[in-house]
Parts: sequence; structure tokens; C-alpha cells
Amino acid sequence: MRKKLLSAILASAMVLGCLAGCGSSNTATPEADTKEAEVTTSEQGKVLNIYCWNDEFKTRLENLYPGYEVVDATNGKIGDVEVKWNITPSDDNAYQNNLDETLLKQADAAADDKVDLFLLEADYAVKYVDTEYTMPVADLGITEEDTANQYQYTKDIVTDSNGTLKGLSWQGCPGVLIYNREAAKEVLGTDDPAKVQESVKDWDTFLATAATMKDKGYKMVSSVNDIYRVFSDNVTSKWVEDGKINIDANIMKWVEVSKQMVDAGETDTFELWSDDWNKGFYPDGKVFCYFGPAWLIDFCMAADVEGSIANLGGWGATEGPQAFSWGGTWITAAAGTDNADLVKDIMLKLTCDESIMTEIVKQYNDFVNNKPAMEAMAADTEYKSAVLGGQNALAMFCNGADASSKEFLSAYDQACTEEIQNNMKAYFDGTASMEDALAGFEKAVLEKHPDLKAE
Amino acid sequence: MNKGRNSKAVSYNKWGYIFLIPFILTYCVFSLIPLINTIYNSFFECYRAGLTQIGPNFVGLANFKEIFLTPDIWIYLKNTMIMWVLGFIPQIAISLLLASWFADNRLRLKGSTVYKTIIYLPNLIMASAFAMLFFTLFSDGGPINDILIKIGIIAKPYRFLSHVWSSRLLIAAMNTLMWFGNTTILLMAGMMGIDGSIFEAAEVDGATPNEVFYKITLPLLKPILIYVAITSLIGGLQMFDVPQVLTGATGDPARSTLTLIMYLNKHLYSKNLGIGGAISVFMFIITGILSLIVFKMSADD
Repeated sequence: MRKKLLSAILASAMVLGCLAGCGSSNTATPEADTKEAEVTTSEQGKVLNIYCWNDEFKTRLENLYPGYEVVDATNGKIGDVEVKWNITPSDDNAYQNNLDETLLKQADAAADDKVDLFLLEADYAVKYVDTEYTMPVADLGITEEDTANQYQYTKDIVTDSNGTLKGLSWQGCPGVLIYNREAAKEVLGTDDPAKVQESVKDWDTFLATAATMKDKGYKMVSSVNDIYRVFSDNVTSKWVEDGKINIDANIMKWVEVSKQMVDAGETDTFELWSDDWNKGFYPDGKVFCYFGPAWLIDFCMAADVEGSIANLGGWGATEGPQAFSWGGTWITAAAGTDNADLVKDIMLKLTCDESIMTEIVKQYNDFVNNKPAMEAMAADTEYKSAVLGGQNALAMFCNGADASSKEFLSAYDQACTEEIQNNMKAYFDGTASMEDALAGFEKAVLEKHPDLKAE
Repeated sequence: MNKGRNSKAVSYNKWGYIFLIPFILTYCVFSLIPLINTIYNSFFECYRAGLTQIGPNFVGLANFKEIFLTPDIWIYLKNTMIMWVLGFIPQIAISLLLASWFADNRLRLKGSTVYKTIIYLPNLIMASAFAMLFFTLFSDGGPINDILIKIGIIAKPYRFLSHVWSSRLLIAAMNTLMWFGNTTILLMAGMMGIDGSIFEAAEVDGATPNEVFYKITLPLLKPILIYVAITSLIGGLQMFDVPQVLTGATGDPARSTLTLIMYLNKHLYSKNLGIGGAISVFMFIITGILSLIVFKMSADD
């Protein structure tokens, strides 16, 4: 009997031991000392390490940076400097986990292994910008004049709490309402952007149109998460204030509008990027509109798939109920880089050089972060977007970019955005009360950020 | 100890210990030390806020207080056990039936090797791939809903993953599918180990197949059944990959499919070793208690 007891204890110890193995590597890493990040312009490193999550920036650099030679899928060459791409997808936070571990070891890493340049998204920019792991662009030698033509909001996102600019972007991400022209003709009797705008000019009209769409067999938007960014970009307070979770009134308005639309059968609760959400990219999906910036239109709406609405040029763009912006990618220099000159030049060429940026618009239909270039393109009658049925929607984007402000960012935006969408789904579906769903949201955010307190 | 007797006899005992060294070493490095480390960590506040490391600061039992302050951990334990029981009952029933067919010499089943291979196959698929497959099959616009609508059973898509019991049943069904082949093979091995003459004697005495099964096979199979139950229980407590992938790490709807390990995993987002350690210690104790109960039951014989 005693032997059995012992073996039972040992057996469970072993099983739990396996568990412990994946849970707790003791990582009491000492604070990286980033003070040594003094830039020496004379000696430059031989290896440029770039951390990013997809090949968007890679194709930009390959095609547009003068003197870039492709070696293979993850290597390149600029002059005699080797370029190493470290690409980790964003799924399940893998990109940030990998980047964090590397940055924390940055001070001790050999010069050629140090991160030199990495990319950031708006939702978590503050997490990095407000630390010593990112380098002020002024220290690289980039002046305010260099960045004068960029949209102010793109700079606000990567400005730290002391007012220091830490990164630059080649993109502006003002969003528009992207509508299905066929549906507009059938239900509203016109597909002219200015006239469609009349039916979606504010949220009341938008909801009235949603009811009409439903009667004709169309869903107004594919999912409640489509309209989320329009509300979340127009908030008047931060997600976290004084260490406490704070739900802005405008987020609650999203909850209210969403619930109303789901109950009326005018939309659904699909997760973004899911197969059910995607269905509206095709005529049979019967979805009237999506909300998104230029990158959504060209990269995400299946433009290269035959039979999709985008492929047929069947989308139109109009301002929609409220101006908003969504996403974007920023280039930042990692503190401690040994390739400061090259990083500076990449930033200047890709985010400040007007001719290269005009080229980005022409090649990729991206909305670039350069006012004169965009305004010239907006006025250019030659420029047409195939996906939007030949419409030049750039003027609309320009207005959105000017109107956008990013006053209320916090380091917790990513977790809050993901969790409010996850947790409110049960309420919209009718399987949980609003109180329970909100409690679930707070619980999930607190799990991700133990330094916070509930509301 | 009697020194004199030991010194006279040629002792081979030391070889036993020498041969055990590799196991003891790997066990210590990969199991025992992490285990002790986990318990040690559970008394510290230690996590990352963004890129800033907080702690480790000794906080005594604060982590345990935090996880037991809300009823959450018991809810997740309940979820885990519900889904395990839902999956285990059909699994053991199907396996017993199949095993007794395969092991029965009188039936002389043809091609039983082929079936044995086929029923084991689901276990070879990665659990995450299997969960992705089910996610696609049972999504709102997926093939299962399409079929049900086309044959007229339902009028509009049923949201399998938005309802508590349909999601739990799906997870249980996947676990059953993945593990019944494995259990069948274990039970079959147990049944083939039973002396054939006992069956023959029963037959001579005029026992019906049902009587043979309930009065001979089952009682003699008890040690194997207990082994199957305990390994399945420990595996069930650690249920993670299937619900994690099927619900996209959320444990939806409203955390009704969130298992203990998924809960633990949520704290790894912030590298929260303190709370993570406390949850692991809790699981260690629960697993220990449950295993003891099952061992006690087997020892009572």
C-alpha cells in the first residue's frame, strides 16, 4: 500500500512536472542597459537585422530601395551590408513574444546579432515607443523638416510620453466605407459615391439603410467587428486611466448599435478574417459594405481571386458615417543598433522621399504618408483604382488622414480591442447578458495585464 | 543493518543503481527541478508589464488568494471535468464493445487488423489540425450546417460554437474520436491476457455471451480498466489543444469551455509566473488527490 501511494505521488509529480516544463522557465532577466546606445557614425555594422511579421515591408524595400539586392527569401544585400530578415507572424502574439525576448537581450548581444530595425503596428506601438528600446529619430539625424510632409497623426502614434518621435511610417491608414456597387444600384438606385454617402451619412441614416438592405436580402456589414474601428477611433478617453480599465462612451455606443443590428438580422458576429466574414467579398455573400483603409481594399478583399467583387471592380468608396483610421506599420530603430546610418537612410527613402512614395501608390495602391504626393495623386485624373471600378478615392482618404487624431492611445489597446470583440460576441449572440460579457472582458484584460485594476 | 552479511555476499545491487542513473538524471532535470521551481515561483509576484519586468517579489500566499478569491478556478475545473466525463463514457463503452469483438476468438472477424489500424488513425492527426477541421465543419456557414439545411432538419444555420452544450459536446466528441482507438487496443491487450480456459469453462457451463462479458471479462479486466481510467483522467485534466484551437483560445461561449490549462495559458501572455505557478500547484494537488482515490479503489481488492 505504501509503495502504491509513493508511486501514485511520483506518477502525478512526473505528469505535473511536464506541465511545469512548459509553464515556467525562470526568466528573471535583468533590465537591459540601453544607455550604451550611443551612435557612432564612423563604424557601421556588417549585418542589418530586421524584425517584422510579414513580407509587406520586405517587398517595398526590395523593389524601391536603391541598391538592394535580393539574395534569397530571408537574406539581402545593401552595398556590403548583409540584410537579415527575421519574419515572425503576428498570430497568437508570436511576433511580439519573439521581439520582446530579443530586445531584452539586446544589450548583451554581439553587434551583428543586435536588432537594428523593427516594425510596429498602431495597436501596440505605445508598448515599445514608451521604452528605451526604441531610438528617437532625431538621434539618427532625421530632422523635423524631413518629416514635415507626413500626416501629423502618423507621428502622434509613435511619439513617446515625453514628446520624442521614435518611428516613421510610409503609410497613412484613413478608412472609408467600401460598398458593393451592385447592391447600391439594386437597393438605393445609384452607385454614385456622393449619392450613396447620403444614405450612410450618420449612424441614424446608416441604421435606416441597414433595415432597407435587410428587406432586400443584403446584410449591411458582414460583422459587427467591421464597424468597431469607426467607433474605437473616435473615442474621447483612453482604455486605461490611472491604472484602471475604462470603457469609453463611444465603445458602449458600438455595443448598442451592434446589438441592435444583430437583433434585427442586419449583420452578424463573425470574427474578422474568418471564412464566414470573408463571404461578403463575393457576390453571393450578399454584404453591402465593409469599413477599411487602403490596405484592406487591395490586400485583403481577394482582388486576385476570379469572381470576387474586387476582381470585377465592383466596390465603391465613400466617407461613411464618421472618419476613422485603422492600423498601419511603423519603422523604428532599435536602441543599440550598429547600423544607424543605414537605418536612417532606409527611413528617409521609404517614408520621406516623395518620388519613391508616389511610386508606392502607383505600384501598390497604398495610401502613403506624404501630403503633397497624395494631394497630387488625388487630383490626378489618370490614376484609377481597378478594385473600386475606376474610382479615384484618394481625396476621400486625404480628408480622413487630416481629420484623424490619436490622442487617446494606450499601451493596452491591443488586449482591450481583442478582448472586447471576443467577449461581446456572446452578448450579441444572445447567450450572455451585457453585464456578464463586460465582466468577461475585464477579466480577460486583467489576465493579460496583471498590473491593471478593474474599473 | 548487518554489515557482516553484506560484505560476504557478492552484490550486484550497485548495477541496478548505475543503470537507473540516466533516468534519475533526466527526471531531475526535466521534471523534478521544474516542479520545485514552479512551487517556488508560486510564492512570488513576477510578471512582465509591456517590456518591464515586475518582480520577482516575495508575496507569500497572495497568488493563491488571488486565484481562490473568485470562484473562477472551480468553474474551469468543472468545465474540464464535464468535458472529460462527456468524452470518456462513450469512449470506454465503444472501446469495450470493439475490444471484446476483436478479442473474441469465436467470432473470427476477418480483416480485424485493418479495423484496428483505422480506429487508431484519428490519434495520429495533430489535435490542433483535428480541431481546425471541426471548426471548419461546424462553422456557421460550414458543410454540416449546409447539409442539415438541405435535408430540411433546420431552417437556418445552428451556431454550434455559440451554445454551451453544443460546444462542450463537440470537444468531448473530438476527444472520444481521437482516443477510442488507443483505449480499444489497451483493453484488447488486457482481454487477450485473460486465460482462455476460463472462457471455455464458462461456455461448457452454458454461460451466455452476456454473462461471460459481465461476469468474467469485466472483473478480470479491472486492473487495465483502472489504468485506462487514470491515464485518461490525468490526460483529461490537462485538456488543452482541442478546446484552445476550436474556440480560438477564448473558451467561448462565455468561458464555458475554458479548461484549467487554457486558464494557465492565459497568464503566460504577461509571463506571469506567480499566478501561473499557483494554478499549476492547484492542479498538482487535484491530480494527486484524484489519482490517490483511483489507486485506493484498486488497492481495496
